[in-house]
Amino acid sequence: MDTASLCTVEKRGRVHIITLTGGGEHRLGPALLSAIRSAVAAVRATPGAGALVIAAEGKYFSNGFDQAWARTAPRHLHTSMEGAFRGLVADLLALPMPTVAAVTGHAAAAGCVLALAHDTVVMRASRGFLYMSEVDAGLKIVDFFAELIRQKVPDAVTRRDLLLRGDKMTAAEAVRRGIVDAAVDGGVDDVVTAAVQAAEALAAKGWKGEVVAEIRKSMWPALWRKVKDHGADAPARARL
Amino acid sequence: MCTLEQRGRVFVLTLTGDGEHWLGHSLIGSIRSALSSVAAAGPGAALVTVAEGRFFSNGLDIGWTGGSRARLGELVQALRPLAADLLALPMPTIAAVTGHAAAGGFLLALCHDYRLMRADRGVFYMSEIDIGLPLPPYFVAVLRAKITAAQALRDVILRGKKLRAAEAKEMGIVDVVCPSAAETAAEAIKLAEQLAARKWDGSVYSSIRISLYPEACRSVGIAEESDEEKRKHFASKL
Repeated sequence: MDTASLCTVEKRGRVHIITLTGGGEHRLGPALLSAIRSAVAAVRATPGAGALVIAAEGKYFSNGFDQAWARTAPRHLHTSMEGAFRGLVADLLALPMPTVAAVTGHAAAAGCVLALAHDTVVMRASRGFLYMSEVDAGLKIVDFFAELIRQKVPDAVTRRDLLLRGDKMTAAEAVRRGIVDAAVDGGVDDVVTAAVQAAEALAAKGWKGEVVAEIRKSMWPALWRKVKDHGADAPARARL
Repeated sequence: MCTLEQRGRVFVLTLTGDGEHWLGHSLIGSIRSALSSVAAAGPGAALVTVAEGRFFSNGLDIGWTGGSRARLGELVQALRPLAADLLALPMPTIAAVTGHAAAGGFLLALCHDYRLMRADRGVFYMSEIDIGLPLPPYFVAVLRAKITAAQALRDVILRGKKLRAAEAKEMGIVDVVCPSAAETAAEAIKLAEQLAARKWDGSVYSSIRISLYPEACRSVGIAEESDEEKRKHFASKL
């Protein structure tokens, strides 16, 4: 598979935007995860990069793990998909610049976790849900998913509604409950523009990148502990 | 002491009689018995716990302890596995708080996924600070899991605030406020039916609840599954 076509990277001022391309569900399988992680690494290595936005084309931000792939893959490889996603979360937590998720469409299960793994979340108002679909799909929730939700969704009632009731949360509802920072009217491009604006404002603060990363990891220590061994920073020997 | 009936997909556990539903060995044992029979139900079930009379439950049977710390310790230890039964129950759980819920009774209500409460009467009251008793660690773990607003938690535990339904709702402790006991019970059953209709797999529901409240579950003695066991389950579902 041509991984270069799975996501694109562009620069607008100090902001680097990774876009999951195409009108599909952006299922987080090994190929897409590898493409995103490569793109994140490239942004990290770019001198003068001030902030990262992750966005998507089409109706979906991401509809979660690639179960179709997993159905055909040998079981020992399933952990590689989960491990690669754990690594992506680690890479985002360790990124030496502010991160903004442009939730341009539905974000379900691992897709929802990906969105919430960013510092700031802006979401399309007119379409798309945050949806922890696991309870409806009959799937259990692994520790770092639960830890991320616990850290990013501190209110007990909201957490319960998301995880135990599988609520499909619109942008307005998510803003009201304090999970998402802004609901943006209009289409995908408007959401990306808003995300870039937010990212540019954060980049303009001129924060030292390494400090941003250290402070972020220290804010979410339990989550960082659960994912760090899979990140790009992990010593090669220990990397899983 | 308690009855269990099934109405369609909903199991209704009723704490019977007009008394204070003191949580002593007898009532705890009866409730645990009822819950174990319910746990065997297939997917698409739900539990409602309701009480007759002026009390949901006034907590551990302090009268029976007669001032004996050993006896009090026994009751604290006896309630812990009941809390575990509820936190691990493989179906949605709803407490229809139709009267006062104090101390262990408050805890019992908190161990359910949802709480509906009557507006006109009854309070939630964590009375330990007023009585002069420290809170058992597992009580605190459940309170911290379910009451996440810092001032709400402080008011409940450290100030012994008595909460009526409206205030409890503002604090995120109660989900729905109903005008009377009868409506509280009726709405609870309706909610139970809606949740049961989602046809959730009971063991998955229970597993997700444990991931949602890991410290509380650990403190009542529930062991969380390993990620490896969860992955095996994921593979089996493909």
